[in-house]
Amino acid sequence: MDRNAIAFWFGAVLFLVIALVMTGLIRNEYPFFAGYVILQFIVLAVAWSILGGYAGYVNFGTNAFFGVGVYTAVFLAKAFDAPLAVQIATAAIVGSLLGLGIGLLTLRMRGIFFSIATIALAIIIETSITNWRYVGGAAGIQLQRPPVTVPFDSYVKMLFFVQALLVVVAVSTARAILNSRIGRGLHALRDDELAAECTGVPTLRLKLLACVISGALMSAAGAPAAMYLQFANPDSAFNLNYSVSVLAMALIGGTAHWIGPVLGAIILGATQQLLAVTISSEVNVLVLGVMLVLFVVGAPKGILGFFRRAPVHAGKRA
Amino acid sequence: MNAASDGPLLRIDALTKSFGGFVALDNINVEIRKGERFGLIGPNGSGKTTLVNCISGALRPNRGAVLFGGEDITPLPPNLRSHRGIARSFQIPRPFKSMTVLENLMVALDFAAHRDLFETAAHRRDEAMSILKKIGLAAKANVATATLTQVELRKTELARAMATGPKLLISDEAMAGLSTSEVDEVLDLLISVGGGNIAIIMIEHIMQAVMRFSERVMCLDAGKIIAIGSPAEVMANARVQEAYLGT
Repeated sequence: MDRNAIAFWFGAVLFLVIALVMTGLIRNEYPFFAGYVILQFIVLAVAWSILGGYAGYVNFGTNAFFGVGVYTAVFLAKAFDAPLAVQIATAAIVGSLLGLGIGLLTLRMRGIFFSIATIALAIIIETSITNWRYVGGAAGIQLQRPPVTVPFDSYVKMLFFVQALLVVVAVSTARAILNSRIGRGLHALRDDELAAECTGVPTLRLKLLACVISGALMSAAGAPAAMYLQFANPDSAFNLNYSVSVLAMALIGGTAHWIGPVLGAIILGATQQLLAVTISSEVNVLVLGVMLVLFVVGAPKGILGFFRRAPVHAGKRA
Repeated sequence: MNAASDGPLLRIDALTKSFGGFVALDNINVEIRKGERFGLIGPNGSGKTTLVNCISGALRPNRGAVLFGGEDITPLPPNLRSHRGIARSFQIPRPFKSMTVLENLMVALDFAAHRDLFETAAHRRDEAMSILKKIGLAAKANVATATLTQVELRKTELARAMATGPKLLISDEAMAGLSTSEVDEVLDLLISVGGGNIAIIMIEHIMQAVMRFSERVMCLDAGKIIAIGSPAEVMANARVQEAYLGT
């Protein structure tokens, strides 16, 4: 391992240790309740950026993947009393299959058409779930949390730590892709798909891979939400706000590097939590919109754009 | 060696491509030898770029076949054709615009069929640098492609194509829009770059360049071959003069 990798994994372990220690030290449940949402958005934003940032395929169906994760967990909990780990793992598998489906769409659709198709997909899945009585239908379903496992003293604290684990999984996956030739291949096909293909890049295989990984992570992030809220209904599980928030977080942070969506999710997620407590949860959406406009106009490369050196200009105009 | 290796490098066999009712290529038959410098001319809309697209895999023909090294590659996607040794540049440069010049070449080397020849990323980087030196772009290696001039973009395309390790290089109007001295520069590069081992199909409108470059020239008009032979023969052909030079 090079020095960079050591630093990264040291940071990841430190992050998990701090998360674990906090669950022991802090009595109040609220910080974990709020922190869980921020961590969840980090996973979603990082996962989104694997397809939307690296490969340039803008997925508006984050809510489809999230909702599929929620309902996979609901189904498993109701049908088999499956433990949380099984719920998350199965959600990841279902999400990856859904990702494969989205990936096949990229065969025929690019740009805005791909994005619209992902919205359509979300609506189709939400409608199906709404009409599925077993998991509660339109009215939703109440869930009983199983007893909490040691060393945690509350279920929310455990979910907080689980989501922290998912953050590490998502970020290390995104980092591994970025550092490999897969990342370079995805960037190439984002810049110019035909040129990439003529340069030997197996574009279809890379796109499918990006869709599968992104989908698996998003659905995995959604799975614990069922037990977090102890309730699930199609309206909230497939809420379009997930798509919009995640897209805004990735774009505001910057998609050129995995740290971008992490920063975006922390900043926007924390702001949203703060506003939800101090003003109202409706103001969230307004703030999101205003910040997105400001960044698109003022910093199209996101927060990352401030830190990256401008491209080397050779004294000539392009 | 087997029979295939003695045959032509590229064989276009009864190739037909139509877009709706418009026949862009009509029953094209042609063979290209290993290391041959082949000029492809014809008026605008005569089917030159369509032919290139059918060879590189961007388009599938309606009928006929493309054989490369004796093997039928008609059903293969562009990336697998690239792995077999077909590289191309584009009429309008299509660099990976978020990357530097060197990174553009690294894409090719990262996914090339001969990737195993270079053990580590450092070896691939060295190979990319040595290609850039040959092309005369070493000084621009770490420059963003967005800041390049037209001639530098053309060279980047050429360098990226070379980095895939081609046996056949298709240059689609690499000299369009360049000044006279730049045309000579790119032409010299095209002639020297393969060292006689790489067959090159050059599409070009600049006649002096075609004459100087080509061992053989083919002229297309309205999707048909109207002349093929040595540059002097083709230029002297009355149909070529009529169709191409418009006299």
